[in-house]
Parts: sequence; structure tokens; C-alpha cells
Amino acid sequence: MDYLLTEEQQMIKDLCHRIAEEKIKPVAAEYDESGEFPWPIMKIFAESDICGIYIPEKYGGMGGGILELAIATEELCWGCGGISLAFAATGLGTFPILLYGNEEQKAKYLPEVASGRKLAAFALTEAEAGSDAGSIKTTAKKDGDSYILNGTKQWITNGGEAEIYTVVAMTNKAKGARGASAFIVDKDTPGLSFGKKENKMGIRGSATREVIFTDCRVPKENLLGKEGLGFIVAMKTFDSSRPGVAAQALGIAQRALDESVKYAHERRQFGTSISSFQAIQFMLADMAIQVEASRALIYSAARMIDSGAKNIAKVSAMSKTFASDTAMKVTTDAVQIFGGYGYMKEYPVEKLMRDAKITQIYEGTNQIQRGVIASALIKEALAK
Amino acid sequence: MKIIVLIKQVPETTDVRIDPETNTLIREGVDSIINPFDMYAIEEALRVKERLEGAKVVVISMGPPQAVDALKEALSMGCDEAVLLSDRKFAGSDTWATSYTLAQAIKKIGDYRLIFCGKQASDGDTAQVGPGVSTHLDIPQVTYVKHIEQIDTHAAKVERMTEEGYDIIETPLPAVLTVVKEINEPRLPSLKGKMRAKKAEIPVWGAGDISCDEDKIGLDGSPTRVVKIFTPPPREGGRILTGEPDEVAKELAGLIKDIVTG
Ligand SMILES: Cc1cc2nc3c(=O)[nH]c(=O)nc-3n(C[C@H](O)[C@H](O)[C@H](O)COP(=O)(O)OP(=O)(O)OC[C@H]3O[C@@H](n4cnc5c(N)ncnc54)[C@H](O)[C@@H]3O)c2cc1C
Ligand SMILES: Cc1cc2nc3c(=O)[nH]c(=O)nc-3n(C[C@H](O)[C@H](O)[C@H](O)COP(=O)(O)OP(=O)(O)OC[C@H]3O[C@@H](n4cnc5c(N)ncnc54)[C@H](O)[C@@H]3O)c2cc1C
Repeated sequence: MDYLLTEEQQMIKDLCHRIAEEKIKPVAAEYDESGEFPWPIMKIFAESDICGIYIPEKYGGMGGGILELAIATEELCWGCGGISLAFAATGLGTFPILLYGNEEQKAKYLPEVASGRKLAAFALTEAEAGSDAGSIKTTAKKDGDSYILNGTKQWITNGGEAEIYTVVAMTNKAKGARGASAFIVDKDTPGLSFGKKENKMGIRGSATREVIFTDCRVPKENLLGKEGLGFIVAMKTFDSSRPGVAAQALGIAQRALDESVKYAHERRQFGTSISSFQAIQFMLADMAIQVEASRALIYSAARMIDSGAKNIAKVSAMSKTFASDTAMKVTTDAVQIFGGYGYMKEYPVEKLMRDAKITQIYEGTNQIQRGVIASALIKEALAK
Repeated sequence: MKIIVLIKQVPETTDVRIDPETNTLIREGVDSIINPFDMYAIEEALRVKERLEGAKVVVISMGPPQAVDALKEALSMGCDEAVLLSDRKFAGSDTWATSYTLAQAIKKIGDYRLIFCGKQASDGDTAQVGPGVSTHLDIPQVTYVKHIEQIDTHAAKVERMTEEGYDIIETPLPAVLTVVKEINEPRLPSLKGKMRAKKAEIPVWGAGDISCDEDKIGLDGSPTRVVKIFTPPPREGGRILTGEPDEVAKELAGLIKDIVTG
């Protein structure tokens, strides 16, 4: 399918695919096994100017938008959805600054991200506050020219590896959802520490860790937007970042499809290649339809967001939900096409299935996404 | 101060087909890439640039107009400038004429400290161009370089790979170094590099631009005569010739003649 990409977008796609093919794919199984953080790959991202794709040129980036970010994420995740998550999660941690940062904050932090010198992370979730983000307990108490943060964030991607943390904490509990605020916290701030590293089912080449604040003093210059905007910052960030999760899912699904077509052609049973069986052919066809439909939806959503459209929560959620459900379905079918070999770690598809699952869960579970979509539908209907 | 890299565009295949009529490579229908060894030469030049302040990397290729793609790829990896040597008058050059032509271009660029070449080209395979260039420029050469231990603007200390291990060689600069793949891991292009390369206008120099002796270039300047090209059969046990050196030499010459003409 021709998506009428610009020359620059095509260049991003080609380069990211090449990085995935030559640098990520060969080491993906290794990182999946060890769970180490893929610093050598981060260095390659930095040297290739990938890190600044979605950051304005003024701050050292390439000046692209959500579409460029989605294209890059898709291709890199084709290589490995775990390793490449460090890139996508840095995007998640950077969007609050892009969307709500003031000039000083942007000038200070964005060039560091664009150059690849620093990774970022976004810290919202807590043990008792997942889908129900409104019940976070981490507090930020104003004290002179600073805020003092206390609390523990859980399952933070890039935790311990990133230098820049955007954190949502309660500045005024009495105000409920309007009492939260977002902050930028540097890794070396006294009082910031990291808890246990999680041992995960998939995306094992990514770091997921507790981020702990103990009387962590953050200068008031690091408040994003205004006090009370915390959840708005989070929701707007998700509106921009969800097509990225969708693109991660898409990359994983495309890889599963590619591996399946190749394997179905090579594997012989009953004296013929299994790709000659209609049952296999139809499975491949259905996988291809869903993958292409995901791509079309993601690219459309990304273009809509880049155009400056206002009501993007619905399309953003749609792209994330559809692409992640597709990735789960397609990777499961890939294992089926590989038969017993698909269940073995020597073959690449069981990892794809494990890696795909998270995309239905984080940045809002697909149940939460459907809630977002439905409430937008109802709002639209009532407005008529 | 210039660091020069010589790169050759080659067909993207290991099984090179030869036109039996003309004894030249069949290039149609195969994608072209930078000679794989030359990627290591580019990478090493870029690394040396980081060690020598004020150095610029200039990459040169002699070949048909489409060799500009190879040069653009080199620019996208971070080389500063590129020059294409292309002229009908260069056609039919053997390794001697090729190295003469490249040497004349290098003289024109001037201020060169180091000239990097690949160990050999994946199609022509002679490994002669690097040494040829050093001869034409009358500067030292070190072949099969696998590590640069020390380098400043006047001298380099390098490791030269041998079958048993390596030699440590010190050479004054300027010098020609041909590199093996053990020396580094070539980087990928960067996005900004790709965009710069896309816009770059690469100068094309012909025979008239490099003050060369017309009877030293192209077919006329090429003393090599290709009598026959063939793929040698896989090595079998081999034969050991014994006897007096004179006789053995004669017998060997006869055997070679039979192979070449037979
Ligand atoms: C590997 C990994 C990385 C992560 N990275 C980050 C990160 O970088 N930053 C960060 O802040 N967070 C991160 N998270 C947290 C993630 O966003 C949450 O796990 C997610 O939002 C779901 O919350 P929960 O796990 O508490 O599930 P719960 O909220 O407990 O949900 C459990 C189940 O109930 C369903 N459910 C809950 N509420 C409703 C409802 N109202 N209607 C219908 N169904 C509902 C859910 O869909 C789900 O099926 C990460 C999580 C993981 C596993
Ligand atoms: C009689 C004769 C006629 C020929 N006629 C033709 C012809 O008509 N058309 C044709 O395409 N070839 C022709 N060739 C082949 C051509 O001479 C060689 O390909 C060329 O000289 C390079 O030699 P090589 O491939 O063995 O490279 P090597 O010597 O193995 O290469 C070593 C290194 O030298 C450098 N290098 C080599 N070639 C170039 C180059 N062109 N530009 C920049 N750097 C380079 C690279 O760094 C390379 O890694 C002919 C050869 C002979 C012997």
C-alpha cells in the first residue's frame, strides 16, 4: 500500500528498517534472555539522529510529528519491540515537556533528548493506581521555591536508565483530580531512587522499575504548566503517545506476518509446502488484512494529530486498541503457523507473542480505551 | 588537512559474472553497493578525523556516473566531501591506470595526510590499487591494517595483519593504508547525513580536470592484457614438484601456461 510518504518520511522508514535489520534483530533474542538494558543500541539510535525525529529543529530535532515517530517506532519494533521501547518510552516521557513545557524547560531538556544524550520516562502508575490514575498517592508539597515529592511509582519504563522523569503527583488532595500536578525530575536529584527491576513476560529488553521519591526536592521551575494540570498533562500526553504504542504493536505484527509467510513457504508436510494448504493461506491473508488496516488507521490518526486537530482522543485510542488487538491475534496465529516450532525459543514467533501482549495493557488498557472511545461517541452525539 | 578515502562501487553479489566476449564484468541487473572493505576504510577515516583536529574526510571514486550513489552513501555516514572521477577516457583502465588516475586526483586535492583504501575490491579482487596509488604518489604504504595504535599529523603506528598474527609498523605520513574488516564496525548513515547527502552536488572530474598524461589513462594507459578469466576449480590436494630449482621452476611455468592458455 502506498501511503504517499514524503521523501523525508521514506528516508526515516528506510533507515530505521536498516537499523532494525542489521543492528537490532541479531541481538534481540540475547536481550530477551538476559533482560539487560540495550545501551549499545541506544548509542546507534543517537548516532543515527533517530532520537530527535519528533522534536522541533529549534531544539536540535528533525522537526517531525506523530507520523514520523510512528513510522520510526514501527520499523524499530519490527526488529525488537522490547529493545526499541526505550525509544518510544522516551517519547512518552518527553511529550509533557513538548506539550506543556515553557521555553526554559524546552531549551534545557529537549536538545538532550533530541541528541540521544538522555533518555526520558513518564511516571504516573502506582501500586494502587493503574487504570484509576486519579487515586495516585504520591504527593508534592510546596516548600518555598521548591516542591517536596514523596511516594512510589511502579512499573516505570526506562526507570533507572533515563535521566529525565516527568512525574504526576498530588499537590492538593482536597481538589481530587484537579489537585494533581506534573513535574520534571532529574535523575541525580537527591531523594530520587529506584526499586526493583521487574522480571517480565515480554519486552524483556526494556527496563521496568519502581521510581521512589523520598523527600525529593524539586525546584519550582520544574513544574509543568500550572498546579492542578497534572491529569490534563497526562491525558494529552497519552493522546499523542498512543499512536506510538499502536506503532509498536504494528511493528511486532508485521514481523510476525513476515516470519509466517517465509516459514509457511519453507516448511514441508505431506510432501508439499504448508503454504499450499488453504487453511494456512487464509490465516496469512487475514493477518495481512489486519496488519494493513492497523497501519492505515495509525497513519490516519497520526496525520490528524499532526494537522493540529483538537478532538484526537478518540482516533488516538482507536489506533492503539485496534493495532494492539491485531498484534495479539496475528502473533498468536504466527505461533500456530509455526506449529510446535513456534512454541520453541529458537524460533522468533513465541517472543513476538509475548512482546505483543503488553500493547493491550499499558498507556491505558484496551478496556479503558474503549471507554474513551465510547464517551467521545456519546459526547459527539449529544453535541448534535 | 585531508584524509582521503578511495571507494569503489561494486555489484551486490559474490558471484561475479564475466562477459566471455569482452572479459569484463557484467554489471546489468545487479544492484551496486560500496565495496564492503571500503566501508571499513570510511569508518576508520571518520574515526581518525575525530582524533586529528581540523581534519576533513574526502572520499573519491572512479567509475561510471552512477558511482555517485556510493559517494552519497559515504557522505551520509559523515564524510565531508566527495569527488567522482568519471570520463569516457578512463574506460578500460587496469589497476595501474586506475591508481595513476586516482593519484592525480589526490594531488589535485592536495594537503593529504592519510589515504585509506579497502584491502581489496569484491569484484576485481586484485588488491593492487592501494599499493599502486602509494607508488604513484611516492609515499609509504601499509596494507592489511587491522588497528591504528597511535596517530598524529606526522606519523602512525599500526598493526598489519599477517597469517600468523600481526606486525607493528611505524610509518611517517602521508601514507596509504589499506584496511581489513577486523579494524572496526562501520557505522550506519545518520538521518541528517542522509539529508545532507541528498542535497549535495558532487563534483565530477574528467581527464581534463586532473592534469594527467593522456597515454597513462584508460585502455591506452593499461599494460595489463586479460587473456582469460575463469573460476579456478576447488583446491584439491595439490602437487608438490621436486627436483632442481631451475627445472622445477620451468615445470611450474609450463603448468601455469597450460592453465592460462589451455
Ligand atoms: C511493562 C509495563 C510497563 C509500564 N510502563 C509504564 C510507564 O512507563 N509509566 C507509567 O506510568 N505506567 C506504566 N505501566 C503501567 C500501566 O500503564 C498500567 O499497568 C495500566 O494502566 C493498567 O493498570 P493496572 O495494571 O493497575 O491494571 P488495573 O487498573 O488493575 O486493571 C485490571 C483489569 O481491570 C480492567 N479495568 C480497570 N478499570 C476498568 C474500568 N473502569 N472498566 C473496565 N475495565 C476496567 C483493566 O482493563 C484490566 O483488564 C506499565 C506497565 C507495564 C506492565
Ligand atoms: C585490462 C583491464 C581492463 C579493464 N577494463 C575495465 C573496464 O572497462 N571497466 C571496468 O569497470 N573495469 C575494468 N577493469 C577493472 C579495473 O581495472 C579494476 O576493477 C580496478 O582497477 C580496481 O581493481 P580491483 O577491482 O582489483 O580493486 P583492488 O585493487 O582490489 O581494490 C583495492 C582498493 O582500491 C580502491 N579502489 C579500487 N578501485 C577503485 C576505484 N575505481 N575508485 C576508487 N577507489 C578504488 C578501493 O579502496 C579498494 O578497496 C579492467 C581491468 C583490466 C586489467
